[in-house]
Amino acid sequence: MKLITAIIKEEMLDEVREALITAGIERITVTRVSGHGRQQEKLVQRGKTIIPNLIPKVQITIACNDEFEDIVIDTILHNARQNGGTVGDGKIFVQDLKECIRIRTGERGGQAI
Amino acid sequence: MIRKTLPGKRWLRCLPLLLLAAIPAMAHENTHYVNDSGATAWMLTSTTLVLLMVPGLAMFYGGLVRTKNVLGTMMHSFAALAVIGVLWAILGYALCFGKSSLHGFIGWDRSLMWLNSIDDTIMSANIPEYVYAMFQGKFAIITPAVIAGAVAERITFKGWMAFIALWFLVVYAPLCHWVWAPDGWLFNMGARGLIDFAGGTVVEICSGVSGLTLALYIGARHGYPKTAMPPNNLTMTLIGAGLLWVGWFGFNAGSSVASNLDTARALCMTQVAAAAGALTWVLIESVRDEHATSLGMASGILAGLVAITPAAGVVKVSGAVALGVAASIACYYMIQVKNKLGYDDSLDVFGVHGVAGIVGTILLTFFIRPSWWAEAGHRVVGWGLTQQLKVQTIGVAATIAFTAVGTLIVAFIIDKLIGLRVSESVEKTGLDHDIHGERGYNLTNLN
Repeated sequence: MKLITAIIKEEMLDEVREALITAGIERITVTRVSGHGRQQEKLVQRGKTIIPNLIPKVQITIACNDEFEDIVIDTILHNARQNGGTVGDGKIFVQDLKECIRIRTGERGGQAI
Repeated sequence: MIRKTLPGKRWLRCLPLLLLAAIPAMAHENTHYVNDSGATAWMLTSTTLVLLMVPGLAMFYGGLVRTKNVLGTMMHSFAALAVIGVLWAILGYALCFGKSSLHGFIGWDRSLMWLNSIDDTIMSANIPEYVYAMFQGKFAIITPAVIAGAVAERITFKGWMAFIALWFLVVYAPLCHWVWAPDGWLFNMGARGLIDFAGGTVVEICSGVSGLTLALYIGARHGYPKTAMPPNNLTMTLIGAGLLWVGWFGFNAGSSVASNLDTARALCMTQVAAAAGALTWVLIESVRDEHATSLGMASGILAGLVAITPAAGVVKVSGAVALGVAASIACYYMIQVKNKLGYDDSLDVFGVHGVAGIVGTILLTFFIRPSWWAEAGHRVVGWGLTQQLKVQTIGVAATIAFTAVGTLIVAFIIDKLIGLRVSESVEKTGLDHDIHGERGYNLTNLN
């Protein structure tokens, strides 16, 4: 089992989510996060330029069985790029997942996902 | 000798001064009215209350859209304050309340441009004309602001600013002149004119039909109706609905342009109809749906307020209740029809303002108080329900037809010149970030 965490642009969420559902990945968790990387956002307020330190992003967390790993990664890759790829499009982290338990039934492992 | 000539000379010297003093007196002979501080105070208050409806509407609409469009949507209302606020003072008042021209199509009085000629005027209602002009100006502001709900989340800011400016000149000004100017054709139709106390046709049906036309013209939002588009902040929507209710007392009771019995009647009917509308909507939802919702409460308040708008001056309390109930039922079912048909009148401008406006303007005929009929019978012998119903129907039909055609023409022109619809990528990102460079809810982002 894998735990896939993707940090993407807020505005790409709809597209990524719709594509994941089309690809059969329907169990996801979405969180608002803030952070900084190489992207710089410029805001102009009352004529004054402001560069915020932390930029809002969206984090998608997906737990999946090993055979779905590539599908999830490819779907996010193809749909989270803005205008064919710009700085700030985000990152995907993949980790091994030790255990998964469904609270309702107590099932464990791959079938609980 | 000297003593004798001096008084004479003085008298002669005074002669031109006396003549000068007599000229303005003669000119104002038929407009010599005194300011009534009571009426003026209420009209100043009413004007302020109607202004309060604009931020109220901004909050109402702002809470109903998605998080990414909250500022863009609220800006639509504020844009109307800015654009029409200036246009009205320069030529709007002259176009609406000047003498009929172009065969009564629109008003025009050059001296009213920049509100030039009213600097000293006290009107026959014993209030300064400045107050009346500003009071009417607020109606011209809120009407286009209401339209914005139909095309929320997908209209360009530039396109919106240009649209409301041209729409105000082409659609609002003629309609306002027909219904409210002393020489407008609907104002003078039949025994006592079309009954539209505070804007059932001019404001409500007009904005409802315009909204529907514009929504059909620019098309549905991306993903509608498949994607869920839940309101981002119903708390704000409820506060907005509350502010609209408060502001509506100025809107309706101020439309008596007095501070007397008529004012009290209008205020009372407004309160009762709004409550009846809210209660009805919540009851329908309790019976038919699973929950009584806060959005239902807000919608019912609006439906009741809209329906009583044309009627506040002529109906009694039972009529106000009936109109509020009828409007809520009609609006609720109209929204179900919209959902079936699948067009995207995003925040139900036609479903609430259009439908309740039509219901109120037509049905009010059945609840008119006897004293009104007596006065009408004095003017035209045998004037009765059938005749007045015909006048009301003609008023509604004329408003719908003229507004739909006018809006379509204005939308087409602005779309070709400036563009009305945002690109798909802007729609996905949201108006706030892409068009205004801001975010509505930065409090949820650490910084």
